[in-house]
Amino acid sequence: MTFLIELVISFFLIVSGIFGFVGSFGMIKLKDPMSRLHAPTKATTLGVGGVLLASICHSVLLEGMLSLHELLITLFLFLTAPITALFIAKWHIHRHEKPSDLPDAGEDELWATHAVEQVEDVPAHTKT
Amino acid sequence: MMRLLHRIFPHPHLTFLLTVVWILLANKPSLNSLVFGLILGIIIPFITQPYWPDRPKLRNWPKVVEYMLVVLLDIVIANITVARIILFKRDADRQPNWVSIPLELRTPEAITVLAGTITMTPGTVSCDLSAQGHCLLVHCLDAPNVDEVRDQIKQRYERRLKEIFE
Repeated sequence: MTFLIELVISFFLIVSGIFGFVGSFGMIKLKDPMSRLHAPTKATTLGVGGVLLASICHSVLLEGMLSLHELLITLFLFLTAPITALFIAKWHIHRHEKPSDLPDAGEDELWATHAVEQVEDVPAHTKT
Repeated sequence: MMRLLHRIFPHPHLTFLLTVVWILLANKPSLNSLVFGLILGIIIPFITQPYWPDRPKLRNWPKVVEYMLVVLLDIVIANITVARIILFKRDADRQPNWVSIPLELRTPEAITVLAGTITMTPGTVSCDLSAQGHCLLVHCLDAPNVDEVRDQIKQRYERRLKEIFE
């Protein structure tokens, strides 16, 4: 029985290891900065998720103690990772992209990063 | 009576969430951590109340659970797809693309959740919002067909978020 549990735990650890590796490998292999941004989002989802699942399995099945604060790591990651990615993306748009390089912004004509550069007073947030 | 309750718990969901988070942080359920979690759960919503003047009400709780399950499933599937792209696809064959997604959502909270979901599902990163918040700019790692990506995001995520928030 213990062997079976250890098998499950090591499965999760290996999965997370593989995805962590792929995430880091992507940072080297992908050539343009925007594509590189995709690599770390991989490592934080399945890579970290696998370790956390393994940790929960270990504490519940082997030590007989319910330990769920791993879930909090997932929660905090899901709150912070998109914000970091957004900051880097906005920096890239600010420094390297012209409005003509990006797709049409529909009725608003400009993306927010460019709009701030061109219009001195940013339009107030419209409430609907 | 209801009004008094509302004064003490201006945001009952946040109170509940903070208490649960505190108990999870302590990592063993005890009366001690429950009481302290409740104290935090009462004080923090009370202090932060001015920062969310007209927050949306979540009515559809089964939909929230459904949305979380859909996103979790998508994260697993998309992880495998992206791993295949990174490992086996030559960099020259890959077609990175910008996608502009016209938004039907108007609530800032709903747009935030949508943008966060797009970033967390591998293969897409939400990068910018249009000047008045009517469009979302998304970068795709490998998208030969831009319309397909847009339709999928609108179908899978935005439609569900609309049911949850609006």
